[in-house]
Amino acid sequence: MASKVIHAIYTDDDLLLQAVKQVRDARYNIAEIYTPFPVHGLDKAMGLESTRLAIASFIYGLIGFAVAIIMMNYMMIEDWPQDIGGKPSFSFIQNSPAFVPIIFELTVFFAAHLMVITFYMRSKLWPFKTAENPDVRTTDDHFLMEIDVSNHNVEELSKFLYNTGALEIKLIEN
Amino acid sequence: MIVGAIGLVYAFMAAPDTIEDVKEMLADDSHQDSEEDAVLENDIHLANPEHVEGDHLIAEENEGAGAHAEDAAHDNEHYEHLLHQLQNKPWAAVYVAAFFFFMIALGTLAFYAIQQAAQAGWSPVLFRVMDGITAYLLPGSIIMFILLALSGMHLNHLFIWMDPEVVAHDELIQNKTAYLNVPFLLIRAAIYIAGWNIFRYLMRRNSLRLDEATDDRLHKTNFKLAAGFLVFFLISESMMSWDWIMSIDPHWFSTLFGWYVFSSMIVSAVTMIALVTIYLKSRGYLEYVNDSHIHDLAKFMFGFSIFWTYLWFSQFMLIWYSNIPEEVTYFITRIEDYTLPFFGMVVMNFVFPVLLLMNSDYKRLNLFVIMAGIIILCGHYLDIFVMIMPSAVGESWFIGIPEISALLMFTGLFVFIVFSGLTKAPLLPKRNPFIKESKHFHY
Repeated sequence: MASKVIHAIYTDDDLLLQAVKQVRDARYNIAEIYTPFPVHGLDKAMGLESTRLAIASFIYGLIGFAVAIIMMNYMMIEDWPQDIGGKPSFSFIQNSPAFVPIIFELTVFFAAHLMVITFYMRSKLWPFKTAENPDVRTTDDHFLMEIDVSNHNVEELSKFLYNTGALEIKLIEN
Repeated sequence: MIVGAIGLVYAFMAAPDTIEDVKEMLADDSHQDSEEDAVLENDIHLANPEHVEGDHLIAEENEGAGAHAEDAAHDNEHYEHLLHQLQNKPWAAVYVAAFFFFMIALGTLAFYAIQQAAQAGWSPVLFRVMDGITAYLLPGSIIMFILLALSGMHLNHLFIWMDPEVVAHDELIQNKTAYLNVPFLLIRAAIYIAGWNIFRYLMRRNSLRLDEATDDRLHKTNFKLAAGFLVFFLISESMMSWDWIMSIDPHWFSTLFGWYVFSSMIVSAVTMIALVTIYLKSRGYLEYVNDSHIHDLAKFMFGFSIFWTYLWFSQFMLIWYSNIPEEVTYFITRIEDYTLPFFGMVVMNFVFPVLLLMNSDYKRLNLFVIMAGIIILCGHYLDIFVMIMPSAVGESWFIGIPEISALLMFTGLFVFIVFSGLTKAPLLPKRNPFIKESKHFHY
């Protein structure tokens, strides 16, 4: 795919936020932004949809909750009832206070781990993956905005970006 | 901006009624001391249905009915026991309600001190709201002191260790008399109350003077005061909870009781701050408060509710599991005789806040915050109720007229004092160094 993009580099997060607003107002399309740290309010400025990770995590928590209950019921009540501290395990409900910490832990465990895995899958990350960021300075103190050129005039776009305070503007042809 | 109209209008409305009601209640209580076992029948009217704040209560009539004492010929001992419990009931009702609102004021002061000590940037627009709520601290703590002093004068039997006859037959309490005795209890109470009120007075005075000042020196003083207060508060609050609540059941003890009371206190306080803020905002005051401030308060409500549940469960599970007789009786009375309030409050204080406030967007909707807030406040009233009642009145509990009227009386007094406290100063601490950050706070 022969698409052209422009890389504009900024040195300040406030400047970047300002630029994002101007670029979007001018109806250019921002493909991606690379930043060294999470910039507060950037997702809203870029108009990204809010994450659905929270809903996923709630569902994972419920799964963990259910797994813990089924597991404790099988282990302690059905399969091998024991008399611990004078509390014979023949009834789940009467022994439930002892199970609450486990239920809690597994709820957190499932929610946390599955959420991280989901996040990796959604953002296409895995161990030993080569880094995608186009400019190594974005891991230090520079902010990079990638803008689709598509059928805009490159001259005009560069000039516009320069006016938004970009330090460096590069045309990349893939 | 000065809160004029609303605060004052209902200040005048609530003032005479509450004071009359205080007298009425105490009159009722003194009837109780007579040999007859009078069952209170106060008629309560909520004259102002518009909102909770405007409650306006009139205790109309009370009739003594010697229902229980007549049968006493039968089984004197049992009925005497019951009689004592029923005599305790209105006292305990007043005590629970007094403590509940006193606790909200104290918790708010602690929250305020935390904000000051942490140099929080989001909250300064809410400082005057917190100041307004802590205005109840002085009257609230004096009422608590009077109640304790009256118990010390044997006008009631809330604290059985105050009764020399009981102590004479109880070795466990005898061993504790070095700590649990009336003069020392009152001295301690006086120290806590004086300490809290002095800190409150100084921080409030500095905050007001800062508005007129030309430099930020007083802000630093307040920072130091807040840090000092937190140290004093955590120690005194813990001891206060042993003295004022745990000692009602002098055989039982729990090492995390102070924390447990604190969690209840702070969550009620944050909830009250949120409710008062939303109310004032809806009346057009507090122009700088936006939904991000409400969101942050709701996060605190959510977080502290879970914290409360954590402590409640930690206390419960260890005692349940170890099953040591002198400890476990505490929960046996509560589960057997108080099944509904005991488990009901867990549902109200944990399940409702978690489900209502879990969603980030709901925390910004006033409706949800108010709903959750009212449930949390009722739940924590029940929490205090379940802490105090089982030891004070045993199984003859009922949330009836004494409880509700005591609760309404203190609600009226609390609301009157808080809102007249709010009228006394501009609602925006204009020279606080963080005020600009707070005004522009957004999530």
